[in-house]
Amino acid sequence: MRVGAALLALSLALPLAGCGKAPWNDPYPAGEGLTNTLYASFSERPKHLDPVRSYSADEYAFLAQVYEPPLQYQLLLRPYQLAPLSATQVPVAHFIDAQGQALPDTAPAEQIAYSDYLIHVRPGVRFQPHPAFARDGSGAPRYHRLTASDLRGINRLADFPDTGTRELTAADFAHQIKRLAAPWLHSPIAGVMQEHILGFRELGERLAAADTLDPVARVQALREARLDGVEVVDPLTLRIRVIGKYPQFVYWLAMPFFAPMPWEAELFYAQPGMQERNIVLDWYPVGTGPFMLTENNPNLRMVLSRNPNFWGETFPTQGMPGDAAAGLLKDAGRPMPFVDRAIYSLEKEDIPRWNKFVQGYYDSSGISSDAFDQAVRIGGDGGPSLTDEMKSRGIALLTSVETSISYLGFNMLDPVVGGYTEQARLLRRAISIAVDYEEFVSIFANGRGLIAQGPLPPGISGYREGEGGINPYVYQWQDGRPVRRGIEEARALMAQAGYPGGRDAKTGRALSINYEAVATGPDDKSRLAWMRKQFDKLGIELVIRSTDYNRFQEKMQNGTGQVYMWGWNADYPDPENFLFLLYGPNSKAEHQGENASNYDNPEFNALFDRMKYMEDGPARQAVVDQMMAIARRDAPWLWGFYPKGFSLHHQWLFNANPNKMANNTLKYRRVDPVLRDRLRREWNPPILWPLWGLLGLGLVLVLPALWMVRRRERSTAL
Amino acid sequence: MTAYILRRLLYAIPILIGVNLLTFVLFFVLNTPDEMARMQLGEKRVTAAAIANWKREHGYDQPLLFNEAAPGLAKVTQTIFFQRSVKLFAFDFGSSDNGRAIGYDISQRMWPSLAIAVPVLLVGLALNVSLALFIVFFRATYLDLGAVVLLVAMMSISGLFYIIGGQFLLSKLFHLVPISGYDTGWNAWKFLILPVIVGFIGGVGSGARWYRTLFLEEVSKDYVRTARAKGLTERRVLFRHILGNALIPILTGVVVVLPLLFMGSLITESFFGIPGLGSYTIDAISNQDFAIVRAMVFLGAVLYILGLILTDISYTLVDPRVRLQ
Repeated sequence: MRVGAALLALSLALPLAGCGKAPWNDPYPAGEGLTNTLYASFSERPKHLDPVRSYSADEYAFLAQVYEPPLQYQLLLRPYQLAPLSATQVPVAHFIDAQGQALPDTAPAEQIAYSDYLIHVRPGVRFQPHPAFARDGSGAPRYHRLTASDLRGINRLADFPDTGTRELTAADFAHQIKRLAAPWLHSPIAGVMQEHILGFRELGERLAAADTLDPVARVQALREARLDGVEVVDPLTLRIRVIGKYPQFVYWLAMPFFAPMPWEAELFYAQPGMQERNIVLDWYPVGTGPFMLTENNPNLRMVLSRNPNFWGETFPTQGMPGDAAAGLLKDAGRPMPFVDRAIYSLEKEDIPRWNKFVQGYYDSSGISSDAFDQAVRIGGDGGPSLTDEMKSRGIALLTSVETSISYLGFNMLDPVVGGYTEQARLLRRAISIAVDYEEFVSIFANGRGLIAQGPLPPGISGYREGEGGINPYVYQWQDGRPVRRGIEEARALMAQAGYPGGRDAKTGRALSINYEAVATGPDDKSRLAWMRKQFDKLGIELVIRSTDYNRFQEKMQNGTGQVYMWGWNADYPDPENFLFLLYGPNSKAEHQGENASNYDNPEFNALFDRMKYMEDGPARQAVVDQMMAIARRDAPWLWGFYPKGFSLHHQWLFNANPNKMANNTLKYRRVDPVLRDRLRREWNPPILWPLWGLLGLGLVLVLPALWMVRRRERSTAL
Repeated sequence: MTAYILRRLLYAIPILIGVNLLTFVLFFVLNTPDEMARMQLGEKRVTAAAIANWKREHGYDQPLLFNEAAPGLAKVTQTIFFQRSVKLFAFDFGSSDNGRAIGYDISQRMWPSLAIAVPVLLVGLALNVSLALFIVFFRATYLDLGAVVLLVAMMSISGLFYIIGGQFLLSKLFHLVPISGYDTGWNAWKFLILPVIVGFIGGVGSGARWYRTLFLEEVSKDYVRTARAKGLTERRVLFRHILGNALIPILTGVVVVLPLLFMGSLITESFFGIPGLGSYTIDAISNQDFAIVRAMVFLGAVLYILGLILTDISYTLVDPRVRLQ
């Protein structure tokens, strides 16, 4: 009994121990709510934090706050525009012919043998404090010749007592570009850069010989290697020579792939004994950005802390008309970053993530399908608004169309749905009409999508709004908006295509099409059933071939599918980055490119070759319009939709306006910790009556039971 | 006893080889090295050369089980199976497919798993046994019947329901504990209350009912009648005599799971954001990281065998008639 009473007392004492002013359900240490910290969550742990490999939004959420490539995107200007970051200005291409003579800016692309980009590195920029830069009394690197005994007791980067820093130089950029070519680093853009940076392919081939060396020797090999297309002109100037004309190259300079990498850091991490301790560059980034990753525990939380050596970038002063009135330029000219820390907690499940946001423990949140009705109401006009519960908490809803597309593709190599005959085109157009993407977005994306009329999403130059931008084969312009053509029209097209009622007019057999679907969970069933229903409108039997994403990719690689659903997320805001998904020489089956439909129209290809060299303007718009017209006529895709991002923000978070191209947005965020702390307390008072009720219930149950036990023990057998 | 333990350890070797082989075959039936490479290399701009390069770097460019092209013994040794398995027997788990040291990760992540599993086991054991003895005390009454119905109902409900219900009630509605998360050291306690309560309530149905069955089997035996005839109180009979004699099956159930506590709980850790070995394994499966999957299955098998040996040894402690030879 005594033990039981002690246990009961302990179980009650434990929650009471947390009794104080802080809410009991606060997942953070007491008092932390008043610090200048931003709280967010992440659901997928980053696989790589080495800028040479990292290529996903989950990773950029952290990486882009630490590393600073030469360029970035303007926060508020639209269409998206580049701005300098670790460079002093956006570089302009200087054209050179095959004889090495300078060419004018207006030179035709075929005359241009090389384009030179001169990058002026921002002076006075220093790397974050890091042991790789620490020096001993004699000025020699302190931790570059570590022995096993030196590493005794070292398990984390923070276990190294000394740190140092140094100024950013052009050589750091050159080193990183050489790293992109190293076969052992598996950079996903190595293949692309081979096509563009002079000598990149040859460097990769030479470095292959160093693949068998130990990690330290590899770093040395990389330092000594020469890359013809990259020249350190002086400590703060770098020249990159690109083959031919490639205007999109500047956009790559805004991606972490081109962020500077100090050789000291790479050498430091390459030393024996570091890998065994998981102290690797892929885990502990070293950058010049506003933040440094001070805690990397992707199974629990990631912590970014203010970099004390940050060079002092200020909040942008330029915005779109109306931005100033909307308060988006309130912080213009103020030094960034505004928060001292950002804590990202791992939340794999939607329910706890959403509840923590509502309780005020995350400053912002996306909206999962489960929580959508709780957060957002779609009005009669199709516009979203917040529910009363969200409004009462002062939560703001921000929406924006993503620079990405989700589409349904036809394999153009397939004898039934593919090809360029009029019959095949009519079949694809009929299906394009029948598959009601408005309904799809409404059912499966809670209305969070803008119906696509072509491959280019809004915000990308070349995109046209209004009547001029619709796909006339699927839509008609009525009452100031696009209206999907009727199913009867689609059926008529089927008949013209040789499939009246969904049957092959020659053989009489029902038309059956295979749909390659990435579907592994029970939630996918309804989506697949819906898709089957859409094809059934035309009498087409849709055979679902479900598989996982890896197998799906393999099928696409082999060009064996018929119809599939896929998507693309922009690397950079240029039409080339979307239209290349339909460029013949980029086909997946033959050239291992990203053109999964294997669409190959010579007319389209020729226009693409012209368009990719052009500067934005009316002439380029005209070429893009022609390409769109061809693609719409051939219909290699059902254009699907451009996903819309919905995000919710508490009233204490500022400057959260979305920029779909920029990843380094943490520095713009500002919080009001006092308001946050007050509201958290208001929203989360511990409700104690259930505890007392439970105790009372326990007594009600236990006391009679004890009485019965006692009574039974005292009773006689007869 | 030493000879017995040695013999059992020797038996473990073929079992572990078999488990390893089975894991290997099952994994590679479902996943090819190409798919693993694609998973690690990402979704965009992955070329065939990059895949080949990744496979070569990670040793997945060799044949799976038999190398036709290699001479002599190398036909077996120059295979993915041999290269990836032989070090396991020295408990060298190597690196995961994304380059992290598995041994280090396991050493870090087993503590959160234990922090949940040990209290759930101990509290659960104490309360389940007490509850079962209480029910047995009132055997063949309406109280017994009601308790059994309640226990059957509780064990029929999905564990997920308890998790979501617990999060809803204790965190969302009453604001008593954090809904999910974890912290290191003593700061972890407030994150453990909810998973431990949920773990206990989720297990009480099956646990108490199982112990009740064990105790009921003992309660009609001669030694119990003798104890009662000696005039001992029912409480003393239950806690001293019946509980003592029912310890062997209880130990079988408890000791065997002790080493497996390290392995963590897959669902609980995921829902409560606990960075234990359960979520480590789940992540590895979804990321097709064979190196981690193989290491965790191997470790699980070793711990299970260890648990069985410990169970046998514990028999000798609770029952003097049992001797291991």
